Amino acid sequence: MSIELIISLVKANIVLAVLLTNTILLIWFERKVVAGMQSRVGPDRAGPFGILQTLADAIKLLLKEQILPSKADRAMYLLAPLIALVPSFLIFMIIPLGPDITVEWQNVLYTIPLVGADLNVGVLYFLALSSIAVYSVVLAGWSSGSKYPLLGGVRASAQMISYEAAMGLALVPVILYSGSLSLVDIVNSQAGNLSSSIPILNTIVSFIPKWNIFPQFVAFGIFFIAAVAEVNRAPFDLVEAEQELVGGFHTEYSGFRFAMFFLAEYINMFNMCAITATFFLGGWLGPTFEGILPPIFSVIMPIIWLGVKTFLLLFVFVWIRATLPRLRYDQLMELGWKRMIPLSLVWLILSAIVLGLREFGLPWS
Amino acid sequence: MVDLILFFIPAALIIIGALIVVFAKNPVHNAMGLVMTLVSIAIIYITLNATFVAMVQMLVYAGAVMTLFLFVIMMIGVDKKEQSSESIKGQTFLVSGVFLILISILGYVAISSEFKWDLWFEAVEFAVEGTPQLIAGTLFTAWIFPFEIISILLIVATAAAIALAYDSKRKKNDV
Repeated sequence: MSIELIISLVKANIVLAVLLTNTILLIWFERKVVAGMQSRVGPDRAGPFGILQTLADAIKLLLKEQILPSKADRAMYLLAPLIALVPSFLIFMIIPLGPDITVEWQNVLYTIPLVGADLNVGVLYFLALSSIAVYSVVLAGWSSGSKYPLLGGVRASAQMISYEAAMGLALVPVILYSGSLSLVDIVNSQAGNLSSSIPILNTIVSFIPKWNIFPQFVAFGIFFIAAVAEVNRAPFDLVEAEQELVGGFHTEYSGFRFAMFFLAEYINMFNMCAITATFFLGGWLGPTFEGILPPIFSVIMPIIWLGVKTFLLLFVFVWIRATLPRLRYDQLMELGWKRMIPLSLVWLILSAIVLGLREFGLPWS
Repeated sequence: MVDLILFFIPAALIIIGALIVVFAKNPVHNAMGLVMTLVSIAIIYITLNATFVAMVQMLVYAGAVMTLFLFVIMMIGVDKKEQSSESIKGQTFLVSGVFLILISILGYVAISSEFKWDLWFEAVEFAVEGTPQLIAGTLFTAWIFPFEIISILLIVATAAAIALAYDSKRKKNDV
């Protein structure tokens, strides 16, 4: 077996382990933060600060009976949770966690990139897989053979298509700025600090890192709102609106299959935040304190920086959930089609003009 | 060996998906069979080093178009078992004729190439490194005029569809 194959297998297993542990932490984090914002205590029984509560819940779900509704479409009903889970794991594979590391083993140097796969069409891969994820919700809703899940499924298909368009359009200016569709190159293009040709401005902006969020703040806003809508989080959680649709598309699911939907939702949320951090907040870039900390930290620090940025964004996700009321269906569609898509198109044209002027100069000069 | 495996698994999935599209009684199952076919075709594209085309296939066909199909199937509620009687006269006869022609073409191609086939394109450096650049370079320089005409055509079609829908709605409101 070749060494590349072994490295790939190890990577896949690490991703599985990291995402599963991370989800356990994330659910606890969300419950604690929401509890804090609503002056409650939150989970505090299992383990220190209730951190093992999610683990207990997961074990409970695993041991529960799995019900197959009599009116359900058997094949699609069983397929839907799988379709939910697979894309969420696959998306994480393209997120760069750090720069390449070099390992010496049996006197041979190996360069291991800290990314599952550096695709030259990484951005498209991300968009393609998140569009595949829509099927899980739609199929789960339809195949349950019940009213409320069907309504949830129909809502989901319309919502996710609308916001995918805005999301893709918001990413185009970022691609223009970075000049690449590969996530590794997009992170590398954000290294260094901002600079300006005007001397006074240059002294001010030269302290700001060259992250895409500063020139592309509008794209960041659109992308972040679309990301919240895409993972069906509040205030865009019409798909699983408890007050109207019982549990939404997963009403009829129980036991482990319900756990798979739950897992996929949180992994998707984590992926979205990690991808937002990669596109707009410089990904793993950050000071590594080389020379001050022991050398092992130059490997670990990038991962820590990405984690810090991701969890900051996740905090915003939870914050939004705890504070904003749910949108009505027509408001949701209006926001998507009449506000966000035109705005992202205008912003795309503006960025293209600015980049063109910077690259080629004024048209008459 | 690897190229054979990478060809035959998606190829088998394409055929199974296509058979589901034809033979399944439930429209949602048909749609999902089509999704399977489209995704498997994307995998074939990847083995041919056309990563950009593969991703666009996944994004546009398997993602957006088929989700709209499903949405329409659910919205207008045709997700019931369809009747198996012929709606076009001589349907079976026509279909089997087309099928025979297809089979004979396939047989001719297989025999004339003496059962040899190229499944795997040699990895060329620029093909792997630069598919988006290659496509963009060709599309936006040599083919910019046809490209723009196609986009205008699509906008006209969309606008026309909206205009048609809008007009009939207004007439209803007047009555």
